[in-house]
Amino acid sequence: MSAARSHRVLPGFGLSLGFTLAYLSLIVLIPLSAVFIKSTGHGWENFWTAVTSARVVASYELTFGASLIAATVNVVFGLILAWALVRYTFPGKKLVDALVDLPFAMPTAVAGIALTALYAKNGWLGQFLEPLGIKVAFTPAGVLVALIFIGLPFVVRTVQPILEDLDAEYEEAAASLGASRSQTFLRVVLPTLLPALMTGFALAFARAVGEYGSVIFIAGNIPMVSEITPLIIITKLEQYDYVGATSVAAVMLVVSFVLLLIINSLQAWTARQSGREF
Amino acid sequence: MAGVVAAGLGPHSGSAVRFENNVATRDPRWVKYLIVGLGVSYFALFLLLPLIAVFVEAFRKGWEAYIAALVEPDAQSAIRLTLIAAGIAVPANLIFGLAAAWAIAKFDFPGKHWLITFIDLPFSVSPVVAGLIYVLIFGAQGWIGPWLYDHDIKIIFAVPGIVLATIFVTFPFIARELIPLMQAQGRDEEEAAITLGASGLQTFWRVTLPNIKWGLLYGVILCNARAMGEFGAVSVVSGHIRGETNTMPLHVEILYNEYQFAAAFAVASLLALLALVTLTIKTYIEWRAARALPQEKTA
Repeated sequence: MSAARSHRVLPGFGLSLGFTLAYLSLIVLIPLSAVFIKSTGHGWENFWTAVTSARVVASYELTFGASLIAATVNVVFGLILAWALVRYTFPGKKLVDALVDLPFAMPTAVAGIALTALYAKNGWLGQFLEPLGIKVAFTPAGVLVALIFIGLPFVVRTVQPILEDLDAEYEEAAASLGASRSQTFLRVVLPTLLPALMTGFALAFARAVGEYGSVIFIAGNIPMVSEITPLIIITKLEQYDYVGATSVAAVMLVVSFVLLLIINSLQAWTARQSGREF
Repeated sequence: MAGVVAAGLGPHSGSAVRFENNVATRDPRWVKYLIVGLGVSYFALFLLLPLIAVFVEAFRKGWEAYIAALVEPDAQSAIRLTLIAAGIAVPANLIFGLAAAWAIAKFDFPGKHWLITFIDLPFSVSPVVAGLIYVLIFGAQGWIGPWLYDHDIKIIFAVPGIVLATIFVTFPFIARELIPLMQAQGRDEEEAAITLGASGLQTFWRVTLPNIKWGLLYGVILCNARAMGEFGAVSVVSGHIRGETNTMPLHVEILYNEYQFAAAFAVASLLALLALVTLTIKTYIEWRAARALPQEKTA
């Protein structure tokens, strides 16, 4: 390692790093900086009015509230599904394992119209829920369903490898010392999975906060009720309110940066805890 | 997301039998049935059912209506534009991914950790914001919008804007797949090749590329799936001009908003098919990687 530092054998360092930095700056960093420069360009007062108006605040509450609930649902059921995939044999397991990544591969707009078709009042699920007084499509509950869909793989895929690498000897030790199966799970297995669960939660939450395509079809987009923050940006843009759109975008970007830093440290923690390179 | 994608290539032992045969790790039967029941119901309700719904709704009006929805000129133009956008975005991000992974994995320099974080950035930015940033630069009100207007160059509400937005949202996919892979492989083999007199390009083609080919393919297919399916970012910069700046996902939206549900689901079913093909290739690559690993250990 130290030899390579003082005396580089391999060629192409300047070229590859130079290209990487130039491409990163042109595609990502300079365009993103435009958001901050433009949003504060018309004074702090305009910025503050734009990001604290009642309709925008209502959209934050929906976006962050629904994202929190969706990520929590995904932690609970993601752990259950990951446990089933790692610990048990059951028919169709390979198919389930392969299809878990569907939300990564399926375009969000396709997911959006499919979920709307299912939960609309004459849809496969809607026709049973509607008589019970449960409305999902075109309400905040619809937003939640879409966010659960797009966040589903994160917890499963962060927990699964940790669970696979978990040596049986800890559970054997616990069992031989007289612990019951539930005590072993709560005191031995769950603490080991905690960093992975939190990483999965943060990834699912971060994805849900910015999500647009799958939500707008099923949400109904009623101002103050079922309007998400990314949609507010689009609406303002269509009304040529560039300052407003950019200001709300700046708030969302700051949230993204903070989440990215949290996720990075959670992943480092997961890697340390399990002694595995992420 | 990055960590999840990167972790995907690890060995999947998949030997649940060892847990079920071990007294210490075996759960009671009722627990197993409960967990499998809950897990599979969650999977079926939120993943399988929407997938099936896409195909059922697409064929609701029969084969002829399905085919008609796919061959009409606007649909054809949307398919063409989607192929163009992915056809530019994926190779661009492939070259970037290779350059970034080469610099980060094969050399030591200060600020490497920050560089990796910045490469991850597009994953956590909302697609809508991703589209907006290009409007702020190239739009009529943007930094260089007036100059572009004077020179009659259209970027926003035109194909270049769609390509740029697609590049942004798929930016990290290939790089994030290659960096951990190439870091794990170290630099000994390349250094040996160079010492023995191979040129830089020969070393890359004959030593590095064969070592990373599966990870590379893995990154490319995920990047491609996202590029063809991107909706939010492209929606902001497209301007929704029928037959000109509509990609497949945007065409689905237009048809759906016009209550042409069967046609919307027909185009959507092509995209769902693409997702299924992507997952099939991905599963195959993981199977190859899992099979290759024990062989290397015994050799």
